[in-house]
Amino acid sequence: MTALLYIFAFLIFPGLLFSGSMGLLVGWIDRKVTARLQWRVGPPWYQNFLDLIKLALYKETLIPSGVSGAMFLGMPVLALTSATLVSTILFLINGSPRTGFIGDVIVVVYLLLIPAVALILGGFASANSLASLGSSREMKLMLSYELPFILALIVVIMKCGCAIRLGDIIMYQRSHGDIFMNPSGGISFFVMLICIQAKLGFVPFDMPEAETEIMAGAYIEYSGKALAIFKLARAVLLFVIPVFLITLYFGGIKLSLDGLVKAMIEYLLILILMIVVKNTNPRVRIDQAMKFFWGVVTVLALLSLALAYLGR
Amino acid sequence: MGLREFVLTRSINIFHVSSGSCNNCDIEILDALTPRFDLERFGLVLVGSIKHADIMLCTGSCNRLAVPIIKKLYETMPKPGFVVVYGACGCSRGLFKDSYNTLAPLDEIIPVDAYIPGCPPKPEATIAALVKLVGKVRAGKDIRS
Repeated sequence: MTALLYIFAFLIFPGLLFSGSMGLLVGWIDRKVTARLQWRVGPPWYQNFLDLIKLALYKETLIPSGVSGAMFLGMPVLALTSATLVSTILFLINGSPRTGFIGDVIVVVYLLLIPAVALILGGFASANSLASLGSSREMKLMLSYELPFILALIVVIMKCGCAIRLGDIIMYQRSHGDIFMNPSGGISFFVMLICIQAKLGFVPFDMPEAETEIMAGAYIEYSGKALAIFKLARAVLLFVIPVFLITLYFGGIKLSLDGLVKAMIEYLLILILMIVVKNTNPRVRIDQAMKFFWGVVTVLALLSLALAYLGR
Repeated sequence: MGLREFVLTRSINIFHVSSGSCNNCDIEILDALTPRFDLERFGLVLVGSIKHADIMLCTGSCNRLAVPIIKKLYETMPKPGFVVVYGACGCSRGLFKDSYNTLAPLDEIIPVDAYIPGCPPKPEATIAALVKLVGKVRAGKDIRS
């Protein structure tokens, strides 16, 4: 019975269907806000659904010759599975913070890493020079943003009395106030915000898929259903990563009317901040990004870690 | 009009091929995406890879070096896909009709679904051609692809 419930949770409610459709809607917010910022009208709300249906149902899926089909087609599925799993875990634990297991924060961090790894492997598997260039950039970018990302996460864990259960982090914030309100929490939230900009491949850090220089990078050989699954995985990630941030810094999503409204407002603020940063910045080079993440951002993360150690 | 026709005509990804154009058409294509015309309203975006494309938008006189590349690109495009020729050179070789280097116009090399004449065509002409192509697909006249 519980197994059936978990399958339902993975496929329907907080999982694939819910987070996928929410992700596509959020993707529309991204496109619409971008269009408004550029003084355009922008696409209708169902545009991303149409794009996905077209790719999934009506377009051919081509596999380049001389390519391992299992690897090439398996990677999008891996990316989607892990992104959906993150969404399932986060929403189930937000619903009832007493559930979960010890170390589920660490599991979530690893699961958030898997879509990037899948993209790297898929790009290398597609036997295209531009795709492998995109993959190598993605790998360097991953190396650079993971360090401050995990340092910022350690700040949260330290503030909550070394809790590595998401449920404990949520419960701590419900009794002691949001972590974002502390000086160390504020700085580490800021660091996290910069890191997720890179994690989602948004503009100052979108060199892995730079449309104008390497033609969509690792996605270049993907078409039809495989591309649709990759796009869906990206949409789920776009939906889920701000929810992860809300869970870590704003005490999660309370299941009451004002709790849901508060979570929604926080979610939209994080999202729109990311979109505005995306639209007002030029793309940096990969070496600049590495310098930025391992320099300024890591120093900020270490500063917040020191503040957290001092109990601030 | 079924779901297939609706989806195919409301979500159009364009891949832009230049087969030896003078860059005038290429810039005019980008003009159609600017805030004044905003083709993204209708779900139309430029993509970087032919594997993501629904429409292959060809500019240029299609010279001898470009012919094998264009054939290969057409074969690589996931079907259903459409070909639109953009500009006088692509439609009829234009100024280069008697050149040693341009052997045939594009529609004798690959099947073409819509023509946009002009040197360069205005964005309005681009939109008109795309509307005609959309009408063709919605009427179910895309049997070939």
